[in-house]
Amino acid sequence: MLDRKKDTLTPAIVHQPIAHDSAARHVSGDAVYIDDIPEPRELLHIWTALSPHAAATITAMDTEAVMHQPGVVAVVDANSVPGHNDCSPTIGDDPVFAEGRVHFAGQVLFAAAAESELQARLACRAAAIEYEIEQPILTIEQALAQESYVLPSSTISRGDPEQAIEDSPHQIEGTIRCGGQDHFYLEGQAAMAVPQEGGDMVVYSSTQHPSEVQMLVAKVLDRPLNSITVEVRRMGGAFGGKETQAAQWACIAAIVADKTDRPAKLRLDRDIDMLATGKRHDFLFNYRVGFGHDGRISGLAVEMASRCGYSADLSMPINDRALLHIDNAYYLDNVTATTKLCRTNTVSNTAFRGFGGPQGMFCIERIMDEIACHLQKDPLAVRRRNYYGKRTRNIAPYGMKITDFILHELTQELVESSDYRTRRQRIRRMNKSDSTILRGISLTPVKFGISFTMTHLNQASALVHVYTDGSIHLNHGGTEMGQGLFIKVAQVVADEFSVPLERVKITETNTSRVPNTSATAASSGSDVNGMAAKAAARTIKNRLAEVAARSFGVNPREVLFHKESVIAGRSQVSFQELVGMAHRARVPLSATGHYKTPKINWDRQNMTGHPFYYFGYGAAVSEVALDCLTGEYRMTRIDILHDAGQSLNPAVDLGQIEGGFVQGAGWLTSEELWWDDRGALRTHAPSTYKIPASGDVPEAFNVEIWQRGRNVEKTIYRSKAIGEPPLMLCISVFSAISDAISSVSDYRQLPVIDAPATPERVLMAIESMRLRGA
Amino acid sequence: MPGQSAVRFLLGNQSREIADISPTMTVLEYLRQIERMTGTKEGCAEGDCGACTVAIAECKDGSLDYKACNACIMFVPFLHGKQLITVEHLKNHKSGRLHPAQQLMVDQHGSQCGFCTPGFVMSLFAMYHNRCDTSRTAIDDALAGNLCRCTGYAPIVRAAKQLLHMPVDDEFSANEQSTLIALSQLHAPERGNEQPDNASLHLQHTGGSYHAPQTLPELGRILQENPASCIVAGATDVGLWVTKERRELRALVYTGAVKKMRQITITDRAIEIGAAATVAEAMETLSEYYPSLEELFRRYGSVQVRNLATIGGNVANGSPIGDSLPALVALNAELKISRANASRTVSAEDFFIDYGQQDIAPGEFLERIDIPLPVAGQEFRIYKVSKRFHQDISAVCGAYSVVQDSGALHTVRVCYGGMAAIPRRASRCEQVLAGAGLTDDSIEQAKLALREDFAPISDFRGSAEYRTVVAGNLLERFANDLTGKQIPSVWEVQYA
Repeated sequence: MLDRKKDTLTPAIVHQPIAHDSAARHVSGDAVYIDDIPEPRELLHIWTALSPHAAATITAMDTEAVMHQPGVVAVVDANSVPGHNDCSPTIGDDPVFAEGRVHFAGQVLFAAAAESELQARLACRAAAIEYEIEQPILTIEQALAQESYVLPSSTISRGDPEQAIEDSPHQIEGTIRCGGQDHFYLEGQAAMAVPQEGGDMVVYSSTQHPSEVQMLVAKVLDRPLNSITVEVRRMGGAFGGKETQAAQWACIAAIVADKTDRPAKLRLDRDIDMLATGKRHDFLFNYRVGFGHDGRISGLAVEMASRCGYSADLSMPINDRALLHIDNAYYLDNVTATTKLCRTNTVSNTAFRGFGGPQGMFCIERIMDEIACHLQKDPLAVRRRNYYGKRTRNIAPYGMKITDFILHELTQELVESSDYRTRRQRIRRMNKSDSTILRGISLTPVKFGISFTMTHLNQASALVHVYTDGSIHLNHGGTEMGQGLFIKVAQVVADEFSVPLERVKITETNTSRVPNTSATAASSGSDVNGMAAKAAARTIKNRLAEVAARSFGVNPREVLFHKESVIAGRSQVSFQELVGMAHRARVPLSATGHYKTPKINWDRQNMTGHPFYYFGYGAAVSEVALDCLTGEYRMTRIDILHDAGQSLNPAVDLGQIEGGFVQGAGWLTSEELWWDDRGALRTHAPSTYKIPASGDVPEAFNVEIWQRGRNVEKTIYRSKAIGEPPLMLCISVFSAISDAISSVSDYRQLPVIDAPATPERVLMAIESMRLRGA
Repeated sequence: MPGQSAVRFLLGNQSREIADISPTMTVLEYLRQIERMTGTKEGCAEGDCGACTVAIAECKDGSLDYKACNACIMFVPFLHGKQLITVEHLKNHKSGRLHPAQQLMVDQHGSQCGFCTPGFVMSLFAMYHNRCDTSRTAIDDALAGNLCRCTGYAPIVRAAKQLLHMPVDDEFSANEQSTLIALSQLHAPERGNEQPDNASLHLQHTGGSYHAPQTLPELGRILQENPASCIVAGATDVGLWVTKERRELRALVYTGAVKKMRQITITDRAIEIGAAATVAEAMETLSEYYPSLEELFRRYGSVQVRNLATIGGNVANGSPIGDSLPALVALNAELKISRANASRTVSAEDFFIDYGQQDIAPGEFLERIDIPLPVAGQEFRIYKVSKRFHQDISAVCGAYSVVQDSGALHTVRVCYGGMAAIPRRASRCEQVLAGAGLTDDSIEQAKLALREDFAPISDFRGSAEYRTVVAGNLLERFANDLTGKQIPSVWEVQYA
């Protein structure tokens, strides 16, 4: 065994701001994505045909003519699936190809495979399909009215909210909506299936969840899991959109490859990607809140209805997470919150960075603004008044004790560094002058629970090899989507062996090397894979230490790994020499490691337990200026302070904070999903769907990692998950826009405005506020 | 036909001569499928995300001029006589060292998933060679055509700032002379070609024909002989017919090689813009005479789009939301429509007949746009409203031109885009203003008149109600601007 004291030498590589392992390849075009893999001989290209109707019975589908188009080799539909025609991650309600009915505009009917992508694409037009069109259910309101749900509701409750609201000196009732969001990863969905001998299949898939792709390909091909291998080196962005949504395309590629015994590739173009794959859930919130003169909430009742689309997908855990974040940073003594999982004839909504958390928080932050407006207080004072306490008022509505609440300190630091108070006063003065420019400011906090709520997903495995030249081969179940997971885990392994980072080979994720993995999701990637890789490395290191101890006659505890060499008493050998010695001594130089997150449990039946290992925290101050003639606006200054624990890699983490915030800002401002009245999505490309551009990000964008951050739990080097929490800092932008509009009424009213706060919604909110005031 | 029968260009330093190619094959398809160079990515296939950005270099006034372009909607024949530079060409060939545009992206952590990165690198490369201004505004303008979903742009802007402070000194500048020589050799006559001076390009392929004449008579003749041809200049719209709709364009006639059609000339009465002059080429001159156009052009597509798109194409396609059209109508531009051996003129206003219907017949082409020079007392303003400042399509675009004469207004021309099936004048509104001048009262009256002038539609860019309200408010802005109220632009205000 290694000496614990000596083992806790200051890490040399962990905590350093090291560039992404692929950065040099990214910038030179050498980084390989699925569509860049050198194409195997005989490769077929696939194009999918989509339903134009939102709800219809397919009365006839004749694809005979498609088969006769130039270059076409195969046409596959529901009848071509050797196994089960389903690629649902949960309850079996996602057909790979429509069967008899279509449930949303964009659903896949069939696919054509041809010698070129263009041939396959043109061929799809030759199909003759007849429909009996039905009345679709498109909106949350329609679904609620018709009681159309994908799954039953859930409720979290504590105390007696009804009585508490009634007894409160102040009550407010309100409604607000937040829109959905397309992931808009720059690399669209892509998969390539290559048949192997004996009917096996290798699938290259741009997926966050290789094991699930493996499982679903096995299911559609009716094969055991051991005949399917899934591999992904990197994704060109994912954000949750390649957690479950990658599987269908991999399944289709595999079905074609299996049928034709030729490799087959399916790459979605932007329009099909946006029409056929799920997005962030939009929500409709109805709330009633009672509160005291000081702004403290005494009772809250919320109904949160989400548009799930036509199938379940991950809607249950997403809605659960929305419920679990209705408190955000605030202690709610008497609360009841209920979800409604609306089934609509739209694409099945799915995971997206935050996974329901952002929507839950959006609602409570609106409530904070409403309370503050009602009491004519600074919203920040109301927020702080409601913050969780350290010793009392520290139990979440689901029964978990919050032991790591740092927002009191973090908020105070941010208030000072951002000059919040002075700017707020200045803004209020400026808004009094006769100008068409209105300004607003807001500080909102984030407390985000880390862990999958489904407890068994919180595990990871790794496989580490050390070769006889001392080079290290690192495999784990996590996937790289740009978030810097691979470099972080490599940093951990390099430090574990006390070797330079260059010795550690970062490899693609492959289900044959590390099996049965969870999705790289829920911000858990570096927490769980870092620990698993560390455990694997530790096993090998312990064996090496024993070899050194035996050879040099010391106790294994006295063997020290330091700067690429190994010190055993008075002897010192290089890491490489010791590896050679171990090999000659017939000691295995390969090991697996496994990690399961401790302390967590969740009773979904009663919605109680300890679902999160710990929480990620942060806060942001956003300032906006808007033009009250057009509703156009700009963020003028952003200040962020975010807790990354003891960051594994501050450069990577800063990138996650900045990028997450801007992505969130897009969700609440310019990104608008617009369906026509027949249920066709009309914003399905960047010409019509506007994600933030460089010019939308202000020059004054002050982002800091909280220097005092340290995880109270024993996570990998006391770091914290960083993937999702910063996204929710964006709620401050929406709140600042509300604040600016509110000035029209001299702050007597809060505007009626839903998200995304497009220029149109902003202008209409201003106009209606003026009418109300008149 | 006399001229060349193969596309000849430089791919990096290597010359390419391609005769057997579909004229509508995009440069991106060519790179990825034929050359198997996969560094350049497809993100949208509509010129909006910039993942496919490449640099095109050509000889201009004896030195190399670099332009960032979207490979996804650019047809291969457009490369004729030019150098195509992709992300794969940037590393130093001998040392393997990264180009400064690449190295700074690494140093600043400007890539996360890396998929947009090659496009950003190429935009940075073009900015570097063009000595783009180092201000944040200039950087944002130059990067508006590149979308990144991971980083939030901050590190990329930091990389850009540092890069633009560096002197231009790379392999490309070092090799400028040899590249210029190689480019000039591309124009050398083909073997057996009887007319060495004629560099017109004519392609025949099973995928369709392509003609790139060099003179107006040649263009007229080709169109006379092939009246069903699709005329193409920058293909920033036509390119999408191919990539998005897979329309079959059997015959393309490219106007960009007709030197006369690329000219911008100032006469004593008008700014004459050749129909094939790119927006990037025209915007400076136009903004000089009509400064209000400057902001409009910053918001017109992106650098990549403006480097290919033409004002002529914008007019000829007649989109109701084309950004330049309200300006042309309000400024009473005249269009010169030509055919073999004949020309006629039509006002911009009369050119747009109905949705998708313009006053131009098969065999005719738009040769030139004449925009009258400003007259004494004339005030012109144009305001665009969209969801995003950069690279978005207008919900509403309002253009206003009046001549002020001791308090009274005359020659009032108000034109809106996004309010009708075509860019259209607001005649009732104009009447109100012409009679009453710019008072609070008359603006209110004019706003009401606007509601009679237009019945806009609702779509994803804006509801009818929003469009109507904004159209009126823009009129108010115009009045504010003219009456000297100092109102800062929301795009320029600083934080409190």
